[in-house]
Order: sequence, then C-alpha cells, then structure tokens
Amino acid sequence: MEKKSLFDKIWDAHVIQTIPDGPDVFFIDKHFIHEVTSPVAFLNLEKRGNKVMFPERTVATPDHNVPTIDQDKTIKDQLSRMQVERLRENCKRHGIELHDLGTDHHGIVHVIGPELGITQPGMTIVCGDSHTSTHGAFGTIAFGIGTSEVEMVFATQCIMQAKAKKMRITIDGELGNGVTSKDIILYIIAQISASGGTGYFIEYAGSAIRALSMEARMTICNMSIEMGARGGLIAPDETTFEYLKGKQYSPKGQDWNKTVAHWKTLKTDEGTVFDLEYHYNAEDIEPMITYGTNPGMGVKVKGSIPTTDGMNDSENKSYIKSLDYMGFKPGESLQGKKIDYVFVGSCTNGRIEDLRSVAQFVKGKHKADNITAWIVPGSKEVEKMAIKEGIVQILEDAGFKLRQPGCSACLAMNDDKIPSGKYAVSTSNRNFEGRQGPGSRTLLASPLTVAAVAITGVITDPRDLIEELVQEK
Amino acid sequence: MAYDKFEVLTSRVVPLSSENVDTDQIIPARFLKATEREGFGDNLFRDWRYDNKGNPKADFVLNDPTYSGKILLAGKNFGSGSSREHAVWAIYDYGFRCVVSSFFADIFKNNCLNIGVLPVTVSPKFADELFSAVEANPEVEVEVAINKQTITLLSTGNAESFDINSHKKDNMINGFDDIDYLLNLKEEIVVFEANK
Repeated sequence: MEKKSLFDKIWDAHVIQTIPDGPDVFFIDKHFIHEVTSPVAFLNLEKRGNKVMFPERTVATPDHNVPTIDQDKTIKDQLSRMQVERLRENCKRHGIELHDLGTDHHGIVHVIGPELGITQPGMTIVCGDSHTSTHGAFGTIAFGIGTSEVEMVFATQCIMQAKAKKMRITIDGELGNGVTSKDIILYIIAQISASGGTGYFIEYAGSAIRALSMEARMTICNMSIEMGARGGLIAPDETTFEYLKGKQYSPKGQDWNKTVAHWKTLKTDEGTVFDLEYHYNAEDIEPMITYGTNPGMGVKVKGSIPTTDGMNDSENKSYIKSLDYMGFKPGESLQGKKIDYVFVGSCTNGRIEDLRSVAQFVKGKHKADNITAWIVPGSKEVEKMAIKEGIVQILEDAGFKLRQPGCSACLAMNDDKIPSGKYAVSTSNRNFEGRQGPGSRTLLASPLTVAAVAITGVITDPRDLIEELVQEK
Repeated sequence: MAYDKFEVLTSRVVPLSSENVDTDQIIPARFLKATEREGFGDNLFRDWRYDNKGNPKADFVLNDPTYSGKILLAGKNFGSGSSREHAVWAIYDYGFRCVVSSFFADIFKNNCLNIGVLPVTVSPKFADELFSAVEANPEVEVEVAINKQTITLLSTGNAESFDINSHKKDNMINGFDDIDYLLNLKEEIVVFEANK
C-alpha cells in the first residue's frame, strides 16, 4: 500500500476533482473571514448574483484594523469603521456567525478559532490571511488565500489549487531553559531562509515538537509562511485532544470518543518519503532575534550580524539596503543595543501562555525608562483569563500598557504604530520595512526575550536575567 | 472579476532588482482599508515611491521617466509575506499585466493568476540578462507569449520558455476566472458536502 503523509491524507480526502496538468478542486471545511480581505469578495459575489453556499462553514471576526482602546465606543477612524460595519452587514445578510468587537469571543481570528474548538484535526481551513497556517498545529491543512479565493469559498466552498510538495522538519531533543517555540521557528527560518519553504507544505515532527503545548505549537505553525511555505502542520496527539476537550464547538459525549478515535488515525505512515527533509537538535537552539527586514534574517541573541562574505552583487545590495534601514552594520553584535518599544501580542504570541511567561518574568520588576511596553491580548478570552489570574496587575505594575484585543502593532493598520526610526522588539511575525508603522524598525523575538528587553532597555538574552534571578535567590 | 485578457504582450520593462520584496512594500497595510477594488495603483510601492510628505522619491524606479511599460521585472522571492490580494490589485491598477522574476512567493503567484497578472518565472541567468539589457538600454522590449509559453528579449532574440498549467493558461487567454469553473460543479460539491 502507498505510504501517505498526514498532509496527503487530509488533502486527498478533500479533492472533488483533479484537472490533468492543472489544479485540484479542493473542498474547504472551515472558512475564517475578517474585515480587511472580505468586503471585495462579498461585493463581487453579489455583483454576480451568487449566494454564500454554506454560510455555517464560515466564521467572522473584525481584528486587523480595530482600535485597541475604547472598543465599546464608535471607531474613530472612518475607513476602519466602514470596514467593520461592512463586515457586520455582510454577515447579517448572508447568515454568517460573527464574533463582534466587545463580545465574549472577539479576538484575532487565529486565536479565537482554536479557542472555540472550531479548529479540529483533519480539517481544511482557509482565511484571507497568510497566518492561517496557525491552525496546522491541530493537524489541519490550513493556509492563507487571496480575496478572489475568498469569493470562491463563499460561492462554492471550494478553491482551485495544485497540491504542494511535502517537507518534513524534525526536531529532536530537549529545549534549554529560557528557549521557547518562537526560538525554534526563528531558528528554522534562519537556517532555510525566508523563501526556503516555497512550494512546500511542512510537517513538524520530533520529540521537541511533541513536548510542546498546543499554544507553543501554534506559534511554530503560524510562522510557516515566513519561509514561504504554503502551511505547516503537526500530527494531533493527546496534547491536542486534551486541549480540545470541552471546547464550545468540540464534539461532546459519544461523539467525542468516536471523533477522537478518528483523529488518532491522522498521522504520517511510517516510511513515507518526503520531497525534502531537515533535522535539527533542540539543544543547538538558543534565544533568537532578527536583525533585518525579513524573518529569515535571524541570529542568536548572543550572536552578531552576519558579514557579507560569500554574497553575490545582488544579494549584497539587498542585504546592505536592509541593514541600512535597520541602522545596523555587518558584523556588529546585537546585545546591549538600545530599544524603544516592546510589543507582546499577535496571532504568533498573543495567547495566555505568552502573557503568563512575560508576567512571570517581569513580576516584581519594572520596565526600563526608555521603553514603551505594549501588551495586546489575542482575544477577549485571553484578556479575561489574564485579569482573573492576576497577570494584568503584574504587568501593569511592571509598567506595561495593556490594550484590548486585535492585531494591533503587528501590522499597524490601526493607531498602534511604532514611530519612524524607533526600534521595537516584538513577539509578532514580520520585521518587514514599515510593518509596524512607516519607518519603524522591528526585531522579532520570543515573549521571554521581549520581557528581558523591557526590563533592561537593551537587547538582552533572557537567560542572563534568569541566571541573575537564581543567583539572587 | 473581469480582467484584460491577452495572448501576446510586447512591452518595455520596469526593473526593480531588490530581493525579497514583500507585499507590505507593494501595498502597505494602512492602504488596505477600502471596501472596493479601486485606486490601489496610486499607492503601489507607496513608501519606496513617496517620502513621508507625499513627494515622489527621485531615485525610485517608478518615478524615473526613463522606464515604463506593462512588464515589471522583479528580484528574487517577489511577493512574499501577507496574502493580501490588494498587492496584485495595485500592480494591475498601476498598469502592469505581467511580472517577471526568477522566484515568486506562492500565494502572490496564485493571486496574480486569479486577477489577470501573468507571473513569469525565468531562470536566474535569464533574469540577470534581462536586468542587464534594460540597464544598458531602457527602451528594449520583451515579448511574452502565453500560448507558446515563451518570453523573448527582442533586442537579442534570446528566449526562454516558462511554466503555466493548462487550466490557468486557458483562463488567462480567455479572461475567465475559477469561479465560473467552480459554479459549474455545484451539484458535485453539494453531494460531496452532504457526505462529510
């Protein structure tokens, strides 16, 4: 019998038609939408006189451009307000479930999907957002699509895409103290580059991945797109089932047992041949940080910026342009460089475990004077838990400003912008030019590293502070 | 969404050699607030094209009158990052109908094919040849023929073939999109969904 990967199994089970020398007609189980990439799709759908074929398979929330203060008031920015209002009208007209601003399950679309148990193993999930890959943590094929495809899903619950090639990344061993799943993914991207995954769908495997919580797995799958991959997934296991048990949309009672029995079959057959494989040791991974303008430009926090040795003319030109933008020079070390802002949040690291780890780290300390510290929960649920657990108090005592849920400064569509020329160490996913506001300079890192930077005011390896703490005790 | 169909495009070329150009550069997030697909070309490469007062930056290629045309010649890993189709809308609205690069990001490439911008992947060597030719003479023309799947530098006659699957090729030549195709499968889809 043909050996199949988990990706093959899920993909093949969702193909309605294969066009020879062309794409597959691919069925979508769940479709998430938000205010920015859906309005034109609704508009064109209606222009053609089409209806949403299966409205119950789409779930909406406004997240990209919403303000993170005064969410109970009318949105001040006229264009943002129009997009959010348009989403409300469209959902109402087409019978689509909406988790609106201020409601119990409002939040970043990739945070609320798992939180509600909408995301389940074996599904195909799309959204007009490249970080849809987040949901792969549950053993789903999940990826970002364009607005034309959003319209296709509305009209027919299908898209037309060719199957991607298969890559497996195996990480064995145990992570060191102070090293997190964000460091794993920044390490991988630094190894295989911001384009090294293009054309592939990745499966993450190995003992270091198995040992991670669901939230930590989501951080890894989330950034699959940052190496150009279509998406990334992790086979479901007891950690997955435990997370999903009792969630609002999870199967209940008899159905639960039956469903879990099926979920347990969702894994790659032994002996499956992948188109490309990488192996890494968890012990080699240290806290990571980016220094350039794509997520592949990352080094150990204790490392230095690579020199231009061995680069061709065109690579050299792009590299220097990137470092000029950042105000850095080849060969410089990063530790000790002064930072202006820290941002904890986004679909990458805006979950309760991220807030907990920051709170634990900064408890009883205060942020440095030169730092403005923003913390933006990924959802209302995360915010609620953070208040209940006393995390909000700890963070506020440490000088962090807690804001309301949304994508916020990750892409700075709302007012949460890093000023031009300023440095921000962020838990988000992209360090592109201007990503956090025109002229802003972003360095990506884990929540722990961000917490360490907040306290010292400069680029700091969090393990140095953990050691200090141990010594003080 | 209807778009201009074409079989053969002969045009001058606008060169942008930077590598890893992400869709945030093509259209920054703050310009994604529209609810209709109009006018995105004005903000194409906004922050590279204009300073923070809105004045054109003379050293950016779109502001250099030496270069014009319907073909954008781009560096390696063009269109990475965000899935925003607005990036392709901006490219289309500005007047480009074809982007040539030695390497495209996946989602961007799909988005191009869905709205009538032809992404042509060439070898790194041919990309270098095109960049050199345009640099030496900005008036050189390139011919892109979809039916023959060839791209030709007309000044030398050097050509390369490029890949495009037969379904998308048919779409591009006829101005079709996938929704027409999918709507014809409605019955099969309903049956498939009912069996889930």
